[in-house]
Amino acid sequence: MAVKESARESAPVIVIRPRKGWWDIDWRSLWEYRELLYFFIWRDVKVRYKQTLIGAAWAIIQPFMTMVVFSLFFGKLAKIPSNGLPYPIFYYSALLPWTYFANSIQNATNTIVAHQNMVKKVYFPRLILPLSAVLSGLVDFAIAFSVLLGMMLFYGIMPTWKLLLLPVLLFLATLTAFGVGLWLSALNALYRDVRYATPFLIQLWLFASPVAYPASMVPERWQWLYWLNPMTGVIEGFRWALTGQGQPLNNLFFVSLCIVGLMLVLGLMFFHRMEGTIADVV
Amino acid sequence: MSDVVIRAERLSKLYRIGQREKFTTLRDVISRTFTAPFRRWFKNNQNEIVSNYQSSTSNNYIWALKDVSFEVKQGEVVGIIGRNGAGKSTLLKILARITEPTEGYAEVRGRVGSLLEVGTGFHPELTGRENIYLSGAVLGMKKREIDRKFDEIVAFAEMEKFIDTPVKYYSSGMYVRLAFAVAAHLDPEILLVDEVLAVGDAAFQKKCLGKMGDVAKEGRTVLFVSHNMAAIENLCSRAILLHNGRIFSEGETRSVIRTYLQSFLSETSSSSLLDVIEREGTGDIQFTDFHVEDIYGNKLSVIQSGQDVVFVFKFKCKNEQLRNIDFGVGIYTLTGERLTIFHSQYKNQVFEKVPKEGEARCIIKRFPFAPGRYIIKISIIVNNVVADSTPLGIGYIDVVEGDFWGTGKVPKVSFPFLIDAEWSIM
Repeated sequence: MAVKESARESAPVIVIRPRKGWWDIDWRSLWEYRELLYFFIWRDVKVRYKQTLIGAAWAIIQPFMTMVVFSLFFGKLAKIPSNGLPYPIFYYSALLPWTYFANSIQNATNTIVAHQNMVKKVYFPRLILPLSAVLSGLVDFAIAFSVLLGMMLFYGIMPTWKLLLLPVLLFLATLTAFGVGLWLSALNALYRDVRYATPFLIQLWLFASPVAYPASMVPERWQWLYWLNPMTGVIEGFRWALTGQGQPLNNLFFVSLCIVGLMLVLGLMFFHRMEGTIADVV
Repeated sequence: MSDVVIRAERLSKLYRIGQREKFTTLRDVISRTFTAPFRRWFKNNQNEIVSNYQSSTSNNYIWALKDVSFEVKQGEVVGIIGRNGAGKSTLLKILARITEPTEGYAEVRGRVGSLLEVGTGFHPELTGRENIYLSGAVLGMKKREIDRKFDEIVAFAEMEKFIDTPVKYYSSGMYVRLAFAVAAHLDPEILLVDEVLAVGDAAFQKKCLGKMGDVAKEGRTVLFVSHNMAAIENLCSRAILLHNGRIFSEGETRSVIRTYLQSFLSETSSSSLLDVIEREGTGDIQFTDFHVEDIYGNKLSVIQSGQDVVFVFKFKCKNEQLRNIDFGVGIYTLTGERLTIFHSQYKNQVFEKVPKEGEARCIIKRFPFAPGRYIIKISIIVNNVVADSTPLGIGYIDVVEGDFWGTGKVPKVSFPFLIDAEWSIM
């Protein structure tokens, strides 16, 4: 009882007031709920392939089959240049970050609506929802990545020190997905249209990124515009870090970085504005 | 250190009425979100905020809560009463941080829990064990805390055998038991209970009330929303009466309950009965007024036990083609316990035709209830469909002592109702 008493006295005072600013995000409460973030990711991973026959193999099949199709149609038929790389490696190394990115956006879009019972009944920092949606995809990424290592071994491509940049690039993809996911999840809570628009957005984005073709195919005078897409940097970077082929990171890459930062800040601001009353509208 | 654990200061919450889909577009929302602070800079007047909301769309807004200020001390059990739409649930939602107030602020000291959350965060594919951790984390428990309480939770739910079975294979009873066990072990310093929104059957709600009583006995703070005046009176030391989003009355439970019952009942005797009382049904016929007469047509302010009385209900029809109409009257105690109900169809009286405006008269011979105050509820059923009913009552009656048996004798002990009987010896 004495323990309880002292615990009560040190209990923090929660102040409830309408939010005014753009950036008074409650980092402390986010930190207090870090275990919930962990539990959400753990649950997503645990539940994702429950009651499926082949389970986690789905994490490999999606990018792998796409790679086969791209290699056949874009590679063998359309003869798109691949910087001298075997087509399977060329496509799979791009499809890995892309699949992760696309799935993360899709999951983040639906996450608040999918958790609306929770959102309407309990308090927790809502930011945890899109964050866990984006982070739980990393497990699928890791599974699919192991296949890439096997393929590189098969084609005799040895990774170099550049491989160390891979985590940085992956982190960039996570931040991009998170920045976009913040917008889409909050907007989808208001308008379910977003759920239908997102697959379309992802499809367009795929063609605006160097997945099916190398970035060098884009005409010189449009390159600056092309690199405004953060996924251009991520995907070209992935190929380059893994195989040493393709466009190395240059000044344009830092344009990508700035865009990611901007998207993230705007996304956090928008989400923060919506967060307080999202339980009323979802 | 002060022992105030909840302090609310001018809490207000603005809600939009009607369907948002029809009136706002995606563009509105984005532009409003981003221009809101700029509008605030230019216009600091509180009322301007409302007019801004109103001008940005052609919709109406309502203050679900307006300038609500109060304090709750450590260990108090406070009842929150009021009609539907008075703002009770909104208040709890704000204190639980589910939604934010539009204006004002509140300070809450300690962990807040509510029995609303039962089953929140459960995932059907996960096992009981996994769901205890997941749901516990959603409710704000730390993993270490759940580790510590795990065996206790399992034992409380009587779930030892099935703890590693996915909960989708549980019966609904098991599911609720496990979910409740998790919520009950949250050990909040402040417990918010909204009985109006509570799910589950009567037995489960009883369990919630029991848990609430335990929490209160341990000296923790409870805020309790209910329509059940008996429960409020039993559990709460203090009550707050909300009316149209404002605090109407606050203080000792019994007097606040009295204010509540009298305020809405006295309003009901006015001619605008149509607007003031809570009603359900299709509205094809509606009661507009209620009073009591003796059999000679004199209005009565009090009824004597044993007197012949007439309950007079004025009504209005929206539709003249109504047929097959059954009138029902119920008599209830102030705490909402049902004493009796009488429907015209019990005596095979179903009315084939009623005038557009008229009076329904119900004669009760030798009124059998003991002195006290009673709530009168009424319902009209047209073709087996409820056209109008008053879940909280249409008004009240006062009964005083009377000569029930025609002997001038009045019983010395009190009991709720009187019967006409006779003794004989064989």
